[in-house]
Amino acid sequence: MASIFQGIGAATSLSSSASFDTKKLQFSSVRSLSGKRASCVVMRSGGVKMDSDSNRIGGRGDQLVTNAVATKADNPASSTASKPGHELLLFEALREGLEEEMERDARVCVMGEDVGHYGGSYKVTKGLAQKYGDLRVLDTPIAENSFTGMGIGAAMMGLRPIIEGMNMGFLLLAFNQISNNCGMLHYTSGGQFKIPVVIRGPGGVGRQLGAEHSQRLESYFQSIPGIQMVACSTPYNAKGLMKAAIRSDNPVILFEHVLLYNLKERIPDEEYVLNLEEAEMVRPGEHVTILTYSRMRYHVMQAAKTLVNKGYDPEVIDIRSLKPFDLYTIGNSIKKTHRVLIVEECMRTGGIGASLTAAITENFHDYLDAPIMCLSSQDVPTPYAGTLEEWTVVQPPQIVAAVEQLCR
Amino acid sequence: MFGSINHTSSVTNSLFSRQFLHPPLQDHAGIKPFFGGRRSHTATSFSNDVDQLPTEAPLQQELNFPGGKVKFMPKRIFTSGSNEERTNCYRVLNENGELIVDSDSLKISKELGVKMYKDMVTLQVMDTIFYEAQRQGRVSFYLTTIGEEAINIASAAALDNNDFVFPQYREPGVLLWRGFTLQEFANQLFGNKYDYGKGRQMPIHYGSKKHNYVTVSSTVATQIPQAVGAAYSMKMQKQDSCTITYFGDGGSSTGDFHAGLNFSAVMEVPVIFFCRNNGWAISTPISDQFRSDGIVVRGKAYGVPSIRVDGNDALAIYSAVYEARKMAIEKQTPVLIEALTYRAGHHSTSDDSTKYRPVDEIEWWRDDQNPVKWFKTWIENKGWWSDQAESEQRSSVRKQLSQAIQAAERVEKPPVADMFNDVYDVPPKNLNEQEVILRENIKKHAQEYPSNVAV
Repeated sequence: MASIFQGIGAATSLSSSASFDTKKLQFSSVRSLSGKRASCVVMRSGGVKMDSDSNRIGGRGDQLVTNAVATKADNPASSTASKPGHELLLFEALREGLEEEMERDARVCVMGEDVGHYGGSYKVTKGLAQKYGDLRVLDTPIAENSFTGMGIGAAMMGLRPIIEGMNMGFLLLAFNQISNNCGMLHYTSGGQFKIPVVIRGPGGVGRQLGAEHSQRLESYFQSIPGIQMVACSTPYNAKGLMKAAIRSDNPVILFEHVLLYNLKERIPDEEYVLNLEEAEMVRPGEHVTILTYSRMRYHVMQAAKTLVNKGYDPEVIDIRSLKPFDLYTIGNSIKKTHRVLIVEECMRTGGIGASLTAAITENFHDYLDAPIMCLSSQDVPTPYAGTLEEWTVVQPPQIVAAVEQLCR
Repeated sequence: MFGSINHTSSVTNSLFSRQFLHPPLQDHAGIKPFFGGRRSHTATSFSNDVDQLPTEAPLQQELNFPGGKVKFMPKRIFTSGSNEERTNCYRVLNENGELIVDSDSLKISKELGVKMYKDMVTLQVMDTIFYEAQRQGRVSFYLTTIGEEAINIASAAALDNNDFVFPQYREPGVLLWRGFTLQEFANQLFGNKYDYGKGRQMPIHYGSKKHNYVTVSSTVATQIPQAVGAAYSMKMQKQDSCTITYFGDGGSSTGDFHAGLNFSAVMEVPVIFFCRNNGWAISTPISDQFRSDGIVVRGKAYGVPSIRVDGNDALAIYSAVYEARKMAIEKQTPVLIEALTYRAGHHSTSDDSTKYRPVDEIEWWRDDQNPVKWFKTWIENKGWWSDQAESEQRSSVRKQLSQAIQAAERVEKPPVADMFNDVYDVPPKNLNEQEVILRENIKKHAQEYPSNVAV
């Protein structure tokens, strides 16, 4: 167990002050996934570059069973992209998306703590203040509720602000503005005022950051009417979702994960924007649908390796869109496999998994051959001790065991 | 020579910039002896100097701290929590409706003065009649602005129509000034299909994009940081306008007030913070709300220029807001205005303020300090108004209002589709499904649903 975990864990160790040395973190196991990303284009709609290889997903079914990650065989074959693409880390992909949008539209601006001259605690806004000035990349005093309110006011006046929470957990202070104003004002004003803000920041359980800095806010925000929520998990979808969120006229909350900022991947040189409401097919399969998002995607893929060796063929979907759910993709998968496992980092009570379970039961009950299984974190604050923290997060062996139980 | 040390001269040593926290490197011992006129010394001279230094007076008299030099003091002197004298209040009209002798009140034209007065009367009549409509059960809720008509109208008159307004909820007069009609007010109160808010908000939560007046949100003081953000947007887009936000004495206790003022000063944006200190936050008197000298003194704490005005003196408010707006835009600075006034009515139709405050206090403010009556005296003295004009205005407004109410009452409510629009720019699948389910329910159980709502 420890060795499987190493692949993900050790490479992404970070300190809570999080200014990374980009050289030391090479996430090699993801590289193979990234190759697949360039060729297996999941974006079926929404103005994205399509690869001619994409229609081979179903056809490669036999090949895929032998390789959980299903990319190495593809890599040499996929050369439909005209340019070679460039490699970067996830936080750089976010920055690239942000910079492209700031270049494209002068109304796009950023506000948050330490985003300006410091470049952001996770370096997502590094260099932007020097390029666009410190009014457009604004350092704010420490008052999340108020600078979120500021972003909302600026958005009503025509700007398109990106509000950064240094850690998603701090946005709890902004809940009043997010729920009562951000989500509501377009509606209560009768459509007169729109709030095209993007609220983003790192969340999730990190490496011993303590309970207060290990929050999963998607569970608290999911009920708020009027907002959209997406979670990125790879450099490719991070950039695409960032751009889509900025261009959207709705308020969008973009969930990033503290431990994924140093993932490396090769992304296209051409411009692309992803669809905010679409899920991503990570690994097609036949036996069971595994729904996951953000960091848990990697735990699932680790488990998938083991499962494939044991003869299972899991279909892994990164749901990406947390509000609303992409029930089209999810539904098609369930109609095929008839078994669902949800793997999430949220707490069991009231998490994304709980809502997803309800949505699936309501819509696809007849297609299920087994009750939906949901693996979540326990309903405890995240402990600081490393071993205890590890036990609160769903680990690959648990995923393997769950699939085995589901497919009995 | 080294012997002539003058410690009594006050020295401002221009060698060191304001940002230095530590003494500069050429100082060997880490302390900076300040000598009259001397700027630096070599190692040898320094050791000679030390022998001759007396031990009583401090060697360093001030500290170079970020933000400016700070003088030391050898005695513990705590600044008091409040000044001996309260901050003065700007007022230009005396009780007889005459301009005070050396006031700097701006001159206003007859046209402007008469419009201001007419709108104050309209506001007063509107409040009375809509309040009664609520009592009759025709409107579900209402909030009056009684006692604060001058604040509403005079501040709006001093602004430009391009200045964005972020109201709390006791400022319909600003909308009225900008041209919102009585019919439009009535439509919102009844939540009918002509309401710009499409029937989604409770009464008095007006909002109008074309009048640059943001929809009222029930949450207290959340509009303050929003106004700051909007001012930031204006600064970024180099617009020749400002934002104004209103809040009460109660709203000034919130965290958003603090951070809004703080941010606005740091970012240097053109926003006017207008505090209607009317003495009461529902049943909480200001003695239970804060212990500072009102709100005006807090401006200094954040670095925001501030002024206290008499909230019942329409001319004083006009002049103050006019000047504040000029300052805000030309100097790109926030400004805080505290208007002392009184909430002569109840907090809302859900409140009976006689339960927690003496009736004679209410009556004194409502009658003797009535801002409408006071301004009337002034324009009458100028010969711009008459009793006949008064009764004509009041009866005309009353008539318009009753027509507006009757018309608004008869209009259909917004259709079911409006329940699901505007949550997002385009309704997502789940909302479309929920709408279908609702429509099916309405069809199946038509008698359980109101008949005057279009399906």
